[in-house]
Amino acid sequence: MHHLVIDRWSRGSSPLHARDPRAKLAVLLVFLVAVSTTPPRAQIAFVAYAALLIVGVRLARLPLGGLAGRAALVLPFSATFALITLWSGDALRALALAEKSFLSGMAALLLVSSTPLTAWTAALESWRAPRMLILVIQFVYRYLFVIAEQAQRMRWAALCRRGNQKGYFDFSAAAGLLGVLFARSWQRADGIYHAMLSRGFHGRFVPSPPAPFRTTDAIFCSSCFAGCLAIRLLL
Amino acid sequence: MTRAIQVQGLRYRYADGTQALNGIDFHLDAGESVALFGANGSGKTTFVLHLNGLLRGEGSIEICGLPLADDTLQDLRSKVGVVFQDSDEQLFMPTVLEDVAFGPLNLGLSPEDATTRARTVLKRVGMAHAFDRAPYHLSAGEKKRVAIAGVLAMDPEILVLDEPTTFLDPPARRDLVTLLRGLPQAKVLVTHDADLARALATRAVFFDQGRIAGEGEVIEIVQRFHWEYS
Repeated sequence: MHHLVIDRWSRGSSPLHARDPRAKLAVLLVFLVAVSTTPPRAQIAFVAYAALLIVGVRLARLPLGGLAGRAALVLPFSATFALITLWSGDALRALALAEKSFLSGMAALLLVSSTPLTAWTAALESWRAPRMLILVIQFVYRYLFVIAEQAQRMRWAALCRRGNQKGYFDFSAAAGLLGVLFARSWQRADGIYHAMLSRGFHGRFVPSPPAPFRTTDAIFCSSCFAGCLAIRLLL
Repeated sequence: MTRAIQVQGLRYRYADGTQALNGIDFHLDAGESVALFGANGSGKTTFVLHLNGLLRGEGSIEICGLPLADDTLQDLRSKVGVVFQDSDEQLFMPTVLEDVAFGPLNLGLSPEDATTRARTVLKRVGMAHAFDRAPYHLSAGEKKRVAIAGVLAMDPEILVLDEPTTFLDPPARRDLVTLLRGLPQAKVLVTHDADLARALATRAVFFDQGRIAGEGEVIEIVQRFHWEYS
């Protein structure tokens, strides 16, 4: 299945994978703040942020094209706001909006592709993030896969019965498919939850105890912080 | 003989008004294996979901002498291991080893002990080669073995298997029967497969419209309710 790619990436082995999840999470937060507060006129800064991310992707030994393609999925959402801004006559701001959303998406994707879900949610937990929030993240992550798998099966079934029709989009059929997809995903998610309960799940995934924060993690953090701040303040 | 399960007067109605169970009296002795037969919708799966408190109906349920109640729920869930019909629902962690360690971690074992137990159980079910594989990549037979390992890792006294041979090819079925025969736990088998019941169970119970319509030896029940293809 398609979604397995990110899961597989997150279990790789590289200098970035080896860093403490807390360090990577802190760097992500600083990066997001730096990117979001960069003024639209500082276009060179966005290039520098992208360069920083490329270094991160290389460190993680992940395919740049694959990550960028997936990060581009955020663009349709930000495009609406970018277009509104463009129509209001501020082209630079519209461009910056698209750049910021893409860079932020790419940075978040780099984190989840270089850190297993259990590790970065454990890092959130160690920061005293609300347990409900962590639980929601964990369930959403799993149930997204459930829905994706279900959608793929239904798509195959629909294709099998499509015959020679090409390019024809039936709204009523699509609406029906969506309804059935929701109902089936709900049922399947319910089954998974039952299976979890029957194996003693009591509202909390048991995280592995956090490893000690090493000097290399501190160096990684400080270098990334310095890089982000330098780009934000100097360019 | 010690009673592993004692159920009396169990009734359950779904939210849509369907009366799924209508006064079930059932018992299972320690080490015994019983097959639950019955048409689709006769209440078999609804019944077994009550055995570890996933559904709660009216009536009384005792597991190994312990009554099913809010304060005993977690204990009972470690005593009754449910292997679900669809292994994909049961395997939800990213790797086989993590999935099998999920139950022991919830029981309070340290991550090291949980991993050791998971490795031991996976070796026992013949899946030692798959520790780091994603469960989604396994064959149906392998998934079933991992699902059973996930339950065995909790060291249950009773195994509930819901349609364990669904999706399995004949060699995988044969391997599963061999595996299950070697397990000492008392077993409740929900199945349509008369051959599987004959191979594993000493007694059969026939469900019909939320009631137990008959019970006895497997062969007797199969013949009485015409529970074979031909």
